[in-house]
Amino acid sequence: MSTTLGRISHGAGLILVLCFTLFPFYWMVSSSFKDQADILASPPVWFFTPTLANYADIFADEKVFGAIVNSLIVATLTTALSVLLGAPAAYALARFEFRGKSDLWFWFISNRMISPIVLALPVYLLAVQLRMLDTYLVLVLIYLTFNLPIVVWICTDQFRSIPSEIEQAARLDGADQFTIFRKIYVPLGLPGIAVSAIFSFIFSWNELLYALVLTRRSVQTAPVMATSFMSGYELPWGKIMATGTLIVLPVTIFALLVSRHMVRGLTMGATK
Amino acid sequence: MRKGGEFVERTETRLNPGYGRWTPFWFLAPAVFALLAIGIYPMLSALVTSFRRYNITRPREGFPFIGFENYANVLSDQTFWQSLGLTARFFVTVLPFQLLFGICIALLLHRPGLGMLRSLARVSLVVPLATTYAVVGLIGRLIFNRDFGVANQFLNAIGIGGMDWLGSPTGAFIAIAVMDIWQWTPFCALIFLAGLSMVPVEIEEAARLETSSKVALLRHVQLPYLLPGLTAMLILRSADILKLFDMVFVMTRGGPGAATDLVSIYIQRVGFRVFDMGTASAQAILLLIMTIILSRLYIRLIYKEIE
Repeated sequence: MSTTLGRISHGAGLILVLCFTLFPFYWMVSSSFKDQADILASPPVWFFTPTLANYADIFADEKVFGAIVNSLIVATLTTALSVLLGAPAAYALARFEFRGKSDLWFWFISNRMISPIVLALPVYLLAVQLRMLDTYLVLVLIYLTFNLPIVVWICTDQFRSIPSEIEQAARLDGADQFTIFRKIYVPLGLPGIAVSAIFSFIFSWNELLYALVLTRRSVQTAPVMATSFMSGYELPWGKIMATGTLIVLPVTIFALLVSRHMVRGLTMGATK
Repeated sequence: MRKGGEFVERTETRLNPGYGRWTPFWFLAPAVFALLAIGIYPMLSALVTSFRRYNITRPREGFPFIGFENYANVLSDQTFWQSLGLTARFFVTVLPFQLLFGICIALLLHRPGLGMLRSLARVSLVVPLATTYAVVGLIGRLIFNRDFGVANQFLNAIGIGGMDWLGSPTGAFIAIAVMDIWQWTPFCALIFLAGLSMVPVEIEEAARLETSSKVALLRHVQLPYLLPGLTAMLILRSADILKLFDMVFVMTRGGPGAATDLVSIYIQRVGFRVFDMGTASAQAILLLIMTIILSRLYIRLIYKEIE
């Protein structure tokens, strides 16, 4: 009897958790299928005839489409660059002994906590001087500051778990360090590299402050474009929520893929 | 001792024979130079700017060095201190909820049984964490709308009248706090859950035989395993709230008045609305110093066992 009661309260609790985590997400998605009259209904309506008009609207809107393409380009390039630079560094930190190693490692890690506004001011001034404002390059480079630490941390952890006997055997066959890294560590460490790449992509895709400051029209990313809707008298809420859904959906799917590593990625391995 | 030392040395050379002194350098160089160029160099240039009078809108006055004048101005600037105070108040407002909800969710997820529903709830925690912060702000603006927001509908349903959330200082502060609690409670829940699963099964079962009180179990058996995660949460959340910009910028832009003018929002306005780069840089450097203290603390407390 008490176990039945326990199960019911446990189940009710879990359903409450689901409502808590998913409600705002649900509200965004469902609002994206409302027409303006349903959105502006007071009190809000929960059941309505869904419409695809908002999506048709934004697919016809070059600005929205362009911004999503920009986000895609920036996030992909910065992810590729982070992995390209970060994975070799992680290999050195995982498998070599040298002076100042732990200081270097901590320096990589502490970059995670730096507030974007600290770098946004000087980088803006530099970008103006170098005429790099509103280019893909400046965003891709500045995004490395938060992506490199993630890649270095996750890959170091992954490479350490690869047994060093394999490396020794390869060395007996006369392989040099670079071959060993390419032929052994990259393929065997691929799960970790993939997880770190997904994190880089998510963080770059979601970033707003740098993009707001460093881009104008041609390289405007999706979050910046979404915020630009927020001016004017009557806001096109259905269109805004449809855009929000399109922005959030891909990263949510990516995040679900790495859900087991979420905490490790966010805390730099404080908890395993 | 000497023998031991020799032994270690020999295994190390055997582990990595033939790697020259410069080999790790080649692997590290690209990443280190990239971070020096895009991380350290701008920071140094911000430091230089912070000692200058540097207003972009008045280029004719030049950018002369003025010593510590910017810092003196910032430290005597009421608004800057208010924004720091507000940031601290935001931290102490959201954190208790995030910890409380977090531990409750973790306990629900840790409890055996109801496998399907439990893994569904666990996976759903990822959704708030992955949602683009700016979009969280957009959702917040819709939910907390005075006329057609669902928050007021809920309040009306339970008999409390609705309010103009984003139009009133207290309402706006509560609204951004609610959105932050929504987004970051899962973070606390997942860390607590990781801590709970560290408790050895035998110890937990033995304790369950001893006592039926869940509070006693939590306090005497599980709590020690939760403390390291708690430290990590406190430090990371304070660093994140010092950084917090996107969601608040979209929802309120720091308003109404200065009701939600958190420190990042304020510095952004001084730098990119007033274009007083000298003052903004001085503020950013002060923020950086706080961050460095936090990250040293984090490294000292969390990674103490590594290397």
